[in-house]
Amino acid sequence: MNGSDGRPAIVFHDVWKSFSKHAGQILIRDRVLQWVHARRPEKFHALREVSFSVQHGEGLAVIGHNGAGKSTLLNLATGLCEPDRGRLEVNGRVAALLDLGAGFHPDLTGAENVHINASLMGLSRREAHARYDDMVAFAEIGDFINEPLRTYSSGMIMRLAFSVAVNVDPDILIVDEVLGVGDLAFQAKCREKILGFRRSGKTILCVSHSNDTLKDVCQRALWLDHGRVMDDGPLARVVQGYKEAMNAHSGAALK
Amino acid sequence: MWHGDYLYLIQNLVMKDFRIRYRNMSLGVLWSLLNPLVMMGVLTFVFTRIFPNPNIKNFPVFVLCGMVPYSFFTVACISGTTSIVENAGLIKRVPVPREVVPITTVLSCCIHLVVQIGLLLFIVLVSGKGINLQWFWLPLVWVFEIVFVCGLALLSASLNVFVRDTRYIVESSTTVLFWLVPVFYDFSSIPLRFKGIYELNPVAALVLSLRRILLNAEPPVGTTLWKLAAVSVTVFLAGLVVFRRLKAGFYERI
Repeated sequence: MNGSDGRPAIVFHDVWKSFSKHAGQILIRDRVLQWVHARRPEKFHALREVSFSVQHGEGLAVIGHNGAGKSTLLNLATGLCEPDRGRLEVNGRVAALLDLGAGFHPDLTGAENVHINASLMGLSRREAHARYDDMVAFAEIGDFINEPLRTYSSGMIMRLAFSVAVNVDPDILIVDEVLGVGDLAFQAKCREKILGFRRSGKTILCVSHSNDTLKDVCQRALWLDHGRVMDDGPLARVVQGYKEAMNAHSGAALK
Repeated sequence: MWHGDYLYLIQNLVMKDFRIRYRNMSLGVLWSLLNPLVMMGVLTFVFTRIFPNPNIKNFPVFVLCGMVPYSFFTVACISGTTSIVENAGLIKRVPVPREVVPITTVLSCCIHLVVQIGLLLFIVLVSGKGINLQWFWLPLVWVFEIVFVCGLALLSASLNVFVRDTRYIVESSTTVLFWLVPVFYDFSSIPLRFKGIYELNPVAALVLSLRRILLNAEPPVGTTLWKLAAVSVTVFLAGLVVFRRLKAGFYERI
């Protein structure tokens, strides 16, 4: 599946995604009122005509201010929601680290959570058993693996979640702001793992505000502003443009 | 998008529910036995001492044949209805096929069910009825019931995302159902013109079949069985169709 068929890893073609502002109104009363007033819910556009593609083996960073649509973009690529318009293609096994420990339960032991998470990420029983030792060893949590998760420190939970995701051996790794996992030693280990990923031709799509992580992992960046693509190109150039725009904006705000 | 191992995933999620539910209970699975036993005791007292019905023999077994399917139905339907909303963390963060969530919730309720069926069979043996060849029908009628409840759970879980009152409607309906299923009265006391409709309710059909198998050592009536199968499969398919149409909206609404 690793690009041998010539298709890019990720393709977004004129993708639009909006959310309704009244999605929170969910009782019968709200439905009836909506119907009586013939109100159409207002739409909020999270992404507008977004097009780009990522080749296998490429690392793409998504940057932009808060609310620019970065997380929506990652969620679409992960397959958590569908675009309103446009075409979206993802070729290969995806592992997403959007929230560390999504699908973890505090009352279950680390070992039980590892198996559940591995199956959620799409591993078969055989694959999960084969990789279990690597997952636990990489997380470095020792005997705690047989204790309930609620006895873990937050750093330990994050290490375990990261460890499962990278050992799923995905073709495409999608990461949202979580590369600052654990202490410095573990961060270095994560970075090493991700660079190894890149070297073996895997694809990475990430959001991060830390320039250091971006520099190592991605050569290319996509800058989003209010759901639109402002720039797409070499990391240094795009980050530079984004910084200048932010400075101009905050300068204007100060005056 | 998701090309995982469904069987392994469902097994993991069912075990997860089971472990969470029982790890913090010192009596564990015994809780599954307590509720039907208490209900059996109370109903047996009321309907053999206060309103005795001479037509019904072996009342404890008779009433348990009604209680076990009814309580499984209630618990599985209510927890199935809230399953998508309660698993928001999973739905919003992990791209697993959404159908898996209500179905695993219903299947985790089957763990209680197995314990309760064990109790039922135990009481049957204690009451002096032996094992008979018709017991081979038991797995079949129960599977139809589970398929039926999975269908309802798919339907109500997806509706509950869009209209949260669904949960309360389901809860009230199960209370009404207690009186519409022959839990403590006999099928023969139902007026003839309602009997055909009665059998269309898979829970009632299951109760009637269980009583024939366990109390009379007779196979289920052909038409009852046929209706049970038809309604269960139809409801399951309808639930799946509705769920598939609505699931794109889950992300935004939970």
